[in-house]
Amino acid sequence: MIEIIRDYWQVLLIGQYPQGPLGGVLLTLILAIAGLVLSFPISVVLAILRISPFAVLRIPATVVVYTVRSVPLIMLVFWTYFLVPLLVGKSVSGVTTLLCTLVVYQAAYLSEVIRAGIQALPDGQMEGARALGLSYVQTVRKVLLPQAIYNMVPSIISQFVSTIKDTSLGYVISVQELTFAANHVNSQLLTKPFEVFMILALTYFAICFCLTELAHSFEKRVAKKRLGTQPTLSGTTNDTILES
Amino acid sequence: MSDHLQFSAIFAAPFGEQLWAGLQVTLWITCASWLLAMSVGTFLAIMRMSGSGACGKVVTAYVAYHQNVPMLVHILLWYFGIASLLPTGIQAWANEHHGEQIFAVMAIGLYMAAYFSEDIRSGLRSIPSGQYEASRSLGLGYLKSMRYVILPQTFRIAMPPFINHTVLLFKNTSLAMAIGVAELTYTVREIENQTYRTFEAFFIATMFYVLVCLVLMVVGAITAHMTRIPTTSK
Repeated sequence: MIEIIRDYWQVLLIGQYPQGPLGGVLLTLILAIAGLVLSFPISVVLAILRISPFAVLRIPATVVVYTVRSVPLIMLVFWTYFLVPLLVGKSVSGVTTLLCTLVVYQAAYLSEVIRAGIQALPDGQMEGARALGLSYVQTVRKVLLPQAIYNMVPSIISQFVSTIKDTSLGYVISVQELTFAANHVNSQLLTKPFEVFMILALTYFAICFCLTELAHSFEKRVAKKRLGTQPTLSGTTNDTILES
Repeated sequence: MSDHLQFSAIFAAPFGEQLWAGLQVTLWITCASWLLAMSVGTFLAIMRMSGSGACGKVVTAYVAYHQNVPMLVHILLWYFGIASLLPTGIQAWANEHHGEQIFAVMAIGLYMAAYFSEDIRSGLRSIPSGQYEASRSLGLGYLKSMRYVILPQTFRIAMPPFINHTVLLFKNTSLAMAIGVAELTYTVREIENQTYRTFEAFFIATMFYVLVCLVLMVVGAITAHMTRIPTTSK
């Protein structure tokens, strides 16, 4: 196992970078960060539409979120692979395809996180802000969202972890991220599949476990800050939305 | 993509039969891995609640591992890695009997077991300790109080997360296509390759996934409503 890491750490970390395309852990992380950053504004809009008092806005947003959540990610990857070139008018790379898919998929899940965050705020926040003369849009933007997003940072980190996990699907469409790189190593060695895939699993575990622990510690901080002397919320309350 | 949508091309022989076979494989893998996940998940939750420190640590590690590794990697590890460690006799047998399906079921089942065990654990935590103490003082042993008093209530409380994770399990069976399991997604890709009717083929598969997910959610919500414990409901 050590030998494999010693011989192939470069391929697993950055792919064939100076000679070829960027890959490995680095591409996985870049894709996950870009996916989360790009899906964030979309998810905020979706979340606000979903709690909007107007059915015209609420129903389409709800349908979109539910549809995206009921389709397997891999099916969504194939749809993007097929539809994006038609929309753009030229062929697109695997990395772009995967990124588009991640943005759409994560936006749907993240919007549920943000919606839950807004709805968890006491009604008095909305009422108080409105009574002070702020408009609906101002209330959402200046009062509700800042609080909701701060409270939701742990869930957003968990969402980032699922994005990292989802990038592994790049393997299916030959994006050279970590899983693809490991498979490449495996096909060069041929005789040590268990070791190679164990290294792959442990690498994902190391990255994601650190982030999960970060989310846990932040969760405690948020709970302390928000609730003061009240009992803390159980960490399991958001799980059902998050695991994708 | 052609000018006209022709769904009939997808259902024409031999593709209609392939599609039907793919559907059956998807459903079979879903059912088998669900049963595996539920039984292993329950076992893990009981082990964790047993109070033994070593058992608890093993289960915590198991859950942490599965929650932090992508399912696709887990499937690849089972299919390429763990399969290669088995004796050649078993490998040969597996190759003759759709080994990829068996390994997919193992990988998906054991993966989701971690999620189910967490659902059961959070259900267990919401049951007042008086329930357990009372059943022990009535003379039931640890396993019997679990079996007859604690777990029946736990499963009722844990219905909503179970439904979510069952939907997740169903969707994730599509990842088995990466190791060549001829389930729905794989079949649809094959049909698409042969007919070039990409839109129609993907549309049918997507509709099927959405439909089953919605049915699972609705049936789940009804079951959850029917089995909910009246005293703890709002």
